[in-house]
Amino acid sequence: MTRLQPQPGEVIDRDRPIRFRWVGRDHQGYAGDTIASALAAAGVRVFGRSMKYHRPRGLLSADFHDPNCMVTVDGEPNVRGAHRLVRAGMDVRPQDTWPSLRFDVKAANQLVGRFLGPGFYYKTFMRPARLWPAYEAVLGRFSHGGHAPSEPAPERYDHRYVHPDVLVAGGGPAGMAAAAAAAGAGVSVLLVEEEQELGGHLRWGGPDDLAALRDLRAAMAAGSVEVLTDSVVTGRYDGNWVSVLQRAGAGGATGTVRERMVKARAKHLVVAAGLIERPYVVGGNDLPGVMLSTAVRRLVNLYAVRPGDRAVVLSANASGAAAADDLSRVGVDVVRVLDARAGEDITRIRGRSGVQAVECSDGTVVECDLVVTAVGWTAPLTLLTLAGGRATYRADAARFVATGLPDDVSAAGGLVGDGTLEQLIEHGRAVGRDAARRAMRVASVLAAGVPGAAVPAVHDGHVDVPALQPAPHPELFLGATDGIVDYSEDVSAKDLRAAVREGYDSIELAKRYTTATMGPAQGKLEAVNSIAAVAAATGADLAATGTTTGRPPYVPVSLGALAGRSHSLLRRSPVQGWHDAHGAVPLYAGAWIRPDHYGDPVAEVRAVREAVGLIDVTPLGKFDLRGADVPSLLELLYVNRWRKLDVGSVRYGVMCAEDGVVLDDGVTGRLGPEHYLMTTTSSGADAAHDWMERWLQTQRRDLQVHVTPVTANYASINVAGPRSRELLARLTSLDLSASAFGYMRVRTGRVADVEDCVVWRIGFTGELSFEVHVPAGYGLHVWEALLDAGADVGVRPFGVEAQRILRLEKGHLIVGQDTDGLTQAYGAGLGWAVKADKPDFAGKPELAWQLMREDYLHLVGLQPVDGTAVPPEASQIVEDGTRIVGRITSSRMSPTLGRSVCLAMVAPHLTAAGTTVTVRLPGGGSLQARVMPQHAHVDPEGVKLRA
Amino acid sequence: MLIPCPLCGPRDALEFRFVDETVRRPEPQSASPEQWRSYLYLRANRAGAVTELWLHRSGCRQYVVVERDSLTNTVTAARLARKEAVS
Ligand SMILES: [Zn+2]
Repeated sequence: MTRLQPQPGEVIDRDRPIRFRWVGRDHQGYAGDTIASALAAAGVRVFGRSMKYHRPRGLLSADFHDPNCMVTVDGEPNVRGAHRLVRAGMDVRPQDTWPSLRFDVKAANQLVGRFLGPGFYYKTFMRPARLWPAYEAVLGRFSHGGHAPSEPAPERYDHRYVHPDVLVAGGGPAGMAAAAAAAGAGVSVLLVEEEQELGGHLRWGGPDDLAALRDLRAAMAAGSVEVLTDSVVTGRYDGNWVSVLQRAGAGGATGTVRERMVKARAKHLVVAAGLIERPYVVGGNDLPGVMLSTAVRRLVNLYAVRPGDRAVVLSANASGAAAADDLSRVGVDVVRVLDARAGEDITRIRGRSGVQAVECSDGTVVECDLVVTAVGWTAPLTLLTLAGGRATYRADAARFVATGLPDDVSAAGGLVGDGTLEQLIEHGRAVGRDAARRAMRVASVLAAGVPGAAVPAVHDGHVDVPALQPAPHPELFLGATDGIVDYSEDVSAKDLRAAVREGYDSIELAKRYTTATMGPAQGKLEAVNSIAAVAAATGADLAATGTTTGRPPYVPVSLGALAGRSHSLLRRSPVQGWHDAHGAVPLYAGAWIRPDHYGDPVAEVRAVREAVGLIDVTPLGKFDLRGADVPSLLELLYVNRWRKLDVGSVRYGVMCAEDGVVLDDGVTGRLGPEHYLMTTTSSGADAAHDWMERWLQTQRRDLQVHVTPVTANYASINVAGPRSRELLARLTSLDLSASAFGYMRVRTGRVADVEDCVVWRIGFTGELSFEVHVPAGYGLHVWEALLDAGADVGVRPFGVEAQRILRLEKGHLIVGQDTDGLTQAYGAGLGWAVKADKPDFAGKPELAWQLMREDYLHLVGLQPVDGTAVPPEASQIVEDGTRIVGRITSSRMSPTLGRSVCLAMVAPHLTAAGTTVTVRLPGGGSLQARVMPQHAHVDPEGVKLRA
Repeated sequence: MLIPCPLCGPRDALEFRFVDETVRRPEPQSASPEQWRSYLYLRANRAGAVTELWLHRSGCRQYVVVERDSLTNTVTAARLARKEAVS
């Protein structure tokens, strides 16, 4: 193959040579060349090896869907070499070349062919199972494609959301005409084209095609159509939610974004995907030098590449004749044109590393290096069938067509039928006008659903869409000898016949068994041939055999495009900057970033036990509840009683779901006659909010309660330790004395000159402590003021780890850590809170029934007999060696006691204080531990808490 | 799927959280275990017309009663749960 003289429609820029590397050697192409066209112009014929038999493979369709030239570009695997444009300095490597691109495959071919028959995945490597690791290594050789890069891509991936009135998939003549007509009718239009330029088959056509293309492009440029080239619609979902993959290759039109997933909510979808040319299944059809007529036309007319020297053309349609004309025009010797419509045929293609000769049906053998086939078209119906359309086989046209489209989807152009260029464009225009009309009707319906929105007038005029019928075409799928059906999976007609013989006689079964159409090319070229092969083997016709189910994505989508840009939405307390600046080790808890510790959690625990510490508990869920019926709501949400809570009092509440499982816990204080402040766990705040609103909106609409989430409105600081009263008193005029401000009381007042702070006397750590909720803007100020004021009493900040140790020493459970999705209130030891005599609360019946059972696990305090051993959390408690009778839910070394302490869930017969249980350790071995009389290991009487 | 929120207009279903089929909560004082557990766990999961509770979580945070066809995802009605007749 060599470069031709300039061609009228060529897309290469001969003034801009581009150097790149292929298999480690320098090559040169021109701007506009694809990797494949530049290499073909340089004489490269083999781009890779087939997956199973390692046969050499050359260009087949010379477009995005070419199964034979997947390459790795600068470490990016599975790049479509016949689509990606060359770029200066790019390093291109072949894939699937084990053992090497040049290796003579004769030996391997005969050797491995014997055990690589259909279903070899399922048969060859099944037994014995202990050899699986070895099999896996061998199968790895047969896996597709390149290797995932270990480094992150230098470019970003991104998402974009659009709401076009009309989305047109396919920028050929019909698609362009539809887009222009819809835009002309005054609606917004997004036109998506798979190739780098608009035009479809006009681009590689003759002078009339090129003239029409100029007109259509001019109309497009004049209108308001947004055009996405090098982009493909990958799926269509409910309500015309259409996903579009916008590619750019490296450094392409999207700048520093490698791929962008465009999520379009279209009011109407027009599918104008055109037709895909089908290969001919005959012996030798995968030899380099066997090409589709469209591939030849693309190579000659777009890239000025001479595809061979002596050509044989098998033609059943105008495309074959046009390819023969193109070849003759550029001086290729077209030695034979076989007219398939007249019964002429190719019976076998001969060659080793490329085409050498063709055996014709009349018995003659013609030497050649290029075989061109034009035996028919496949309509890519996937988007239409995803939208609910049905694929129906038309034997007279030898292709499937779609019927039964929903109102918001239509098809235009070659996908629907054949016609002259004028007819295709006219069809596109009419479909475009009709699409605009239907989109406006949808817009009107949507606007009617928006309160207060102006509803646009709808012009309900009718648009006549001319009929477009598929032209008659002979059914040409399988030739006289067996050839390759699926190029990327290396499945032959013989393999499919064998699969049917083995009983896999439906297309869906045969597909999975042989993996035909399941490779990276997803059967774009080969699907109908595989149906034909199964039909031939079963004796059924194609209509009865049917198609396989097309599913999104239409083309492979990178994980990067699905993920998009990294949006790590992080919630930060107003004090987090201080934590960062003071050596806090971050803990990511749900959406929040928090200080886990500041370097020495044990010292932080000691400070709280012996002096005073500060912890930022801003993520605590907080809800401002107002209204006359707040107590009624609380009575429903919590198992506790709330009616008698007086102003200034605080109660710990346990929230259960309707199945009695503990959902959340926290304290709620009454700030005024009809004003409460409720707190929840940090991780449960959102769910608790939904749950409250669900009661108010669906069950108890009579309740007069207003719920306002105020989690982020307050910075929350817990001041804990024996000297906490002394410290806080320096910054507030509130009387903090034990008599004036008792345990489980709440006040509002001024702290460090900040008004409207809420001060709670509660104690998760087990120490005397005050929790201060500060209007968020002053959170950092109050935090720093407390540290300044407390330097002489030994104040220090403590993090989540110290808090976890402290609360475990005190035996306070954490919902979700010490309980799980099956733990009902009594099992968590929270039965004391359940007021069973209340008429109603969430989970009431289940809790009543739990009391009658004895089969549930109980939360207990537990101490290993050997106090130096800390059994890891989730260690199992076992009996008789193997029977699981519980688990460790929390465990730490207690700095206060100098020994390990735990909370554990145990079976009911193990709950008595003093019972010794066996804890199995994850690394093997076990330890003995004793059940304690209560959950608290430190200060079980609560003397410190109530000081 | 688009859900026409009565307050916000038509919005992508991703903004909503599916909550449940609309089920009646039995009287907790008198419900038998069979009745209560049917309320907790048993759902019709019909193919066809269904009435469901959705929460417009990323929108107005209102609970919305949605009538849709589970075969086609066509939504035929969406009403604020708080405006429903008490059942
Ligand atoms: Zn809403």
